[in-house]
Amino acid sequence: MSDSLLSVRDVTMRFGGLTAVNTVSFEAKRGDITAVIGPNGAGKTTLFNCITGFYKPSAGTIHIAHQEGASLLLNKLPGHLIAKKGRVARTFQNIRLFGGMTVLENLLVAQHNKLQSATGFGVLGILGLGRYAQAERAGIELAKHWLEQTSLIDRADDPAGALPYGAQRRLEIARAMCTEPVLLCLDEPAAGLNPRESVALNELLLKIRGTGCSLLLIEHDMGVVMKISDHVVVLEYGKKIADGTPVEIRNDDAVIKAYLGEGDEDDPDAPIAETVEATP
Amino acid sequence: MNQLSASLKDSAAVAFVALLIFGPFLGLQLQDGASNNLILLPRPELLAIAVGLTFLARLGFLFWQDYRPPMPGLTRLAAPVQRTGKYIAPALLVFAVLMPIIPGIATAYVDLGILIMTYVMLGWGLNIVVGLAGLLDLGYVAFYAVGAYSYGLLNQYFGFGFWECLPLCGILAASWGIFLGFPVLRLRGDYLAIVTLAFGEIIRLVITNWVALTGGPNGVDGIPHPGLFGLTFSMAGGPGTFAGFFGVTPSPHQRIAYLYYIILALALLTNWVTLRLRRQPLGRAWEALREDEIACRSLGINVRNTKLSAFAIGAMFGGFAGCFFATREGFISPDSFTFIESATVLAIVVLGGAGSQLGVVLAAVVMIGIPELLQSLQIYRMLIFGLALVIIMIVRPRGFISTRRPTVSLGKAGIIAADMISEGHG
Repeated sequence: MSDSLLSVRDVTMRFGGLTAVNTVSFEAKRGDITAVIGPNGAGKTTLFNCITGFYKPSAGTIHIAHQEGASLLLNKLPGHLIAKKGRVARTFQNIRLFGGMTVLENLLVAQHNKLQSATGFGVLGILGLGRYAQAERAGIELAKHWLEQTSLIDRADDPAGALPYGAQRRLEIARAMCTEPVLLCLDEPAAGLNPRESVALNELLLKIRGTGCSLLLIEHDMGVVMKISDHVVVLEYGKKIADGTPVEIRNDDAVIKAYLGEGDEDDPDAPIAETVEATP
Repeated sequence: MNQLSASLKDSAAVAFVALLIFGPFLGLQLQDGASNNLILLPRPELLAIAVGLTFLARLGFLFWQDYRPPMPGLTRLAAPVQRTGKYIAPALLVFAVLMPIIPGIATAYVDLGILIMTYVMLGWGLNIVVGLAGLLDLGYVAFYAVGAYSYGLLNQYFGFGFWECLPLCGILAASWGIFLGFPVLRLRGDYLAIVTLAFGEIIRLVITNWVALTGGPNGVDGIPHPGLFGLTFSMAGGPGTFAGFFGVTPSPHQRIAYLYYIILALALLTNWVTLRLRRQPLGRAWEALREDEIACRSLGINVRNTKLSAFAIGAMFGGFAGCFFATREGFISPDSFTFIESATVLAIVVLGGAGSQLGVVLAAVVMIGIPELLQSLQIYRMLIFGLALVIIMIVRPRGFISTRRPTVSLGKAGIIAADMISEGHG
């Protein structure tokens, strides 16, 4: 449990004159649930986008160390290879499913690279030759496994866009897991969930950790963060202000002052943190 | 009451626009005057009728929109329609196969069948790009032209026959698809549409102006018709011809029917490949791309290559169709590959319902068949045709068949309604 999986070193992300993430460094250990918290506008999602390749950081490095010994520099990989080679999967704050495709199809698209390589550049697949049929059966089995884990198996043939909100959140996690990642990055997975769904989410995340996949999550819901994370990183104004176990964070003065002690941050519609700070 | 006055106001506004438009055309008439001069005669009664009809039509349409019955049947109707729908495609296929050998059928109808089938094939090819991958391509005719000119020029300079050229035309068009796609596909939505439109025009202008190679506006002529295992369809009969070999009387119908079967086979090949690909990872990735490109990237799908593959495969079928066009006409010139062709094919895809194979067939019959069959109505033909298109798009805004059938299912999968399906953003 001690070796480091993801190491973020001095990552800085600037948009023009705005420094959204400022020399942030932290480590996420293999098999841990690492949470990134902070007030709105602290740069959490920007940091996430840097890790998952949607932004290229202005400075700093992001390493991922696979168990097989290979170490990859994520900030040098093109976007799609981060999921394929880096084996980092992610979900989105505003859910991004393939709404017009069924739940099962969503999960098969997630296995695209594995299945596509079984089709022999598509030619053998069109002709119905080769091992594609077998690969697809295996893909459906994997999809079924995650549908059962997320209790979506009854809705496998429904269009993803027709699912209720909580189920869409779970489906997005299932879809990310179908890429067989070593690190799953979740951007506010509990946003918009009711308390019962939130508890179920906690169980799901612990189950995912049990399979050997590490998690990195951004979360506003302190119930989720404090209950399940092994390690918490706190950002404020793009800077890391604390880093430690949930208990340490709860007792950290800087964090209490910056975050937990101040106004209610649970409301996702609240204006960005600057307004909180602006009051003297 | 409020609604009524709003409707009246709206209709009055529309009538006013009609007055402005019709005013000079219908309201005034030029006539020779007594002393050899021209005089303007006002025709207020004709103008009043036109404006009045516009007013009533608009009012009627608004009433229909406000008070139309809530169509409770639609969901209930869906199941039986779907059940009959299952038989439409096989029935159409059987009809398409048997059509040229119906005894006594006029050769003109088979010829019309060839025309429709060419557009069905083009529609199916473009459907891969627009319907599945959600990339708006306004320059599809470029690949049609590449295919046609590939055959025309390979034949003129190297004496290649139709069957040798057919695969080459597909390969060349696909290469052009990749070549054009590389710089273009980083753009999205409207910008992609504009650039593909420009590429379509560039290809046509190059063909027009490279006189030394392509003959410029004079085109390429004398392109031979395809043979059947070495047999030609000559009217002379005798050995080496189709009629002579089979001992039948030579007739132009045989050649037309043969061409018809070639394009039917090519179109069915397009359909078969598309249907197979839809159930493959590649086809699913295309549809996923249409739904959400960012999510695709997060799942490790190479967005650029996936888009390029859609572009290339769509272009390949365009190239096949172009090759067939060249052999059927025997003569090609840049005039055959103007923007209106791209627009027609795109209209077929949109009218049919993007992504639906059967929809493309129905739309091609409507778009190509109806104007041809309405020839007897002469000048009113395009008016009726335009009106029909407007009405179809009002009644079925997402095309004839806007639903989507899942490519894989655990149990019994239903049909996915149009409002779930994204139209793609480039």
